[in-house]
Amino acid sequence: MDHTPFIAGAYGIGAVILLWTALSPLLRKKKITQDIRRLIELEERSGDAKT
Amino acid sequence: MTIEKTIDNPPRKNALVLFIHKLGSPAYFYTFAGRFIPWFWAIFLVLTAIGMYQAFFVVPADYQQGQSFRIMYLHVPAAWMSMLAYVIMAVLGFIALVWRIRVVEILAMSCAPVGAAFTAATLIAGSLWGRPTWGTYWVWDARLTSELVLLFLYLGVIGLHNAIDEPRKAARAACLLALVGAVNLPIIHYSVKWWNTLHQGSSISLLGGSSIDSSMLWPLLIMSIAVKFYFGANLLTRARVRLLEQDLRKSWVRDVVREGR
Amino acid sequence: MTGNAPAGSLSGAFLALVRRDLLLAFRRRTELLFPVIFLLVVISLFPLGIGPGPQLLARIAPGVIWIAALLATVISLDGLFRSDFEDGSLEQFVISGHPLTLIALAKILTHWLVAGLPIVLLSPLLAVWMNLPTETLGVMIATLLLGTPVLSLIGSIGVGLTISLKRGGQLLSLLVFPLYVPILIVATAAVMAVADGLPYTQFLGLLVAGLVTSLTLAPFAAAAALKISLS
Repeated sequence: MDHTPFIAGAYGIGAVILLWTALSPLLRKKKITQDIRRLIELEERSGDAKT
Repeated sequence: MTIEKTIDNPPRKNALVLFIHKLGSPAYFYTFAGRFIPWFWAIFLVLTAIGMYQAFFVVPADYQQGQSFRIMYLHVPAAWMSMLAYVIMAVLGFIALVWRIRVVEILAMSCAPVGAAFTAATLIAGSLWGRPTWGTYWVWDARLTSELVLLFLYLGVIGLHNAIDEPRKAARAACLLALVGAVNLPIIHYSVKWWNTLHQGSSISLLGGSSIDSSMLWPLLIMSIAVKFYFGANLLTRARVRLLEQDLRKSWVRDVVREGR
Repeated sequence: MTGNAPAGSLSGAFLALVRRDLLLAFRRRTELLFPVIFLLVVISLFPLGIGPGPQLLARIAPGVIWIAALLATVISLDGLFRSDFEDGSLEQFVISGHPLTLIALAKILTHWLVAGLPIVLLSPLLAVWMNLPTETLGVMIATLLLGTPVLSLIGSIGVGLTISLKRGGQLLSLLVFPLYVPILIVATAAVMAVADGLPYTQFLGLLVAGLVTSLTLAPFAAAAALKISLS
């Protein structure tokens, strides 16, 4: 039996899992940073409007 | 006044205690952890490159098992990491419960998804290794069964943490669960190992009867160290993001985002 | 109420709580029967699903009976604290000044009397249905007698953690089943050892050890869990 597809499958799926685990917090960070930037803009704009 | 003086000029014997106290502050932890993350990733990549090269090109093929034994260099380090991650989570959980430090609560909870990922990778790699070795995609051997129970324990911690709305209460409840699981973990581990021998006469292991040559061990060692740096980098990254999310409206977060850190 | 000194002695409070909970449980007698009926239904599903062949049933009987016991226990666990949580009496217990550990222990005892003991008492019937070899019945009952309290004890920790959740019951089973694995393994091993004519007392010894350990540790963990849930 050719073992290559099993080795490829194991390492491939393992790599996908670990890649996803590594990247998902980075995606969250991007999203939250964008949200915070938007929040800062809103506050500065309303701060300017008040003064 | 006196507090600032102490922080700037700490008396030597209090420096370590002071440092640990500082780490409990979200802003300081964010910055401090951020310095380590790129280094951890770099070391992880270098070690993985060396380990994988050795695993595939240096180690000779095993006569009895064929090439599929090379899966071991993923399966075993991932298994070790999945168990170590749970221990780390339990220790952090204990500290979080006793001292009620928010940063430690967040660190403990960040261990869970990473540990679960390693457990899943272990199970899939083990299953695919088992197919050419045993003929079936799943074998109820001691390690795989233990890992499956470990996955359920992780899912329980993650599930409980997600189910409770208030973040600090959720973290404390999940930390207690992690501790209870940690106490049970050796019991589960041994009972499963023993269950395996009980029902099959002799303990079955994926590594089979062939003795392990020392040349086969080096990539294993390298990969198991590499994986720890992955864990460190991922853990710190997750903790930092969690802090940003929780402290959304605080000034230190605004400063961080403004400065692009 | 002045000060935090609890009214009444420790053992008095313990017994009062057990009596109160038993009274409450017996007032809703139909609810008491529910885990019993569940147990019977689950067991009868196995021959229906696998086929009535007596030898096959006999082989899987120890595992099936124990798994049914696990399921029945988990089903009834949620009720352990929930009604007290919902009407606020649980909070009253917490601030009463009596140690929460003892309160947890009292409730665990009630749960076992109401849910675990019926399993033990029903086991001869289940054994007959599953064609369990008669010489193993004694050990089967012993494992259930020693094991079901452990199920209540460990389960109470899960209940404490999930009590504040609306759908706590679902998460509860996920949390608690991995912790039940060792008991399942040891208990079924004991019964199967008797069936094979092998020594079995060491397994009973392990179950005793498990009972003693969980009796000393679980109430503390359950109390800690309740404190977190109520915070």
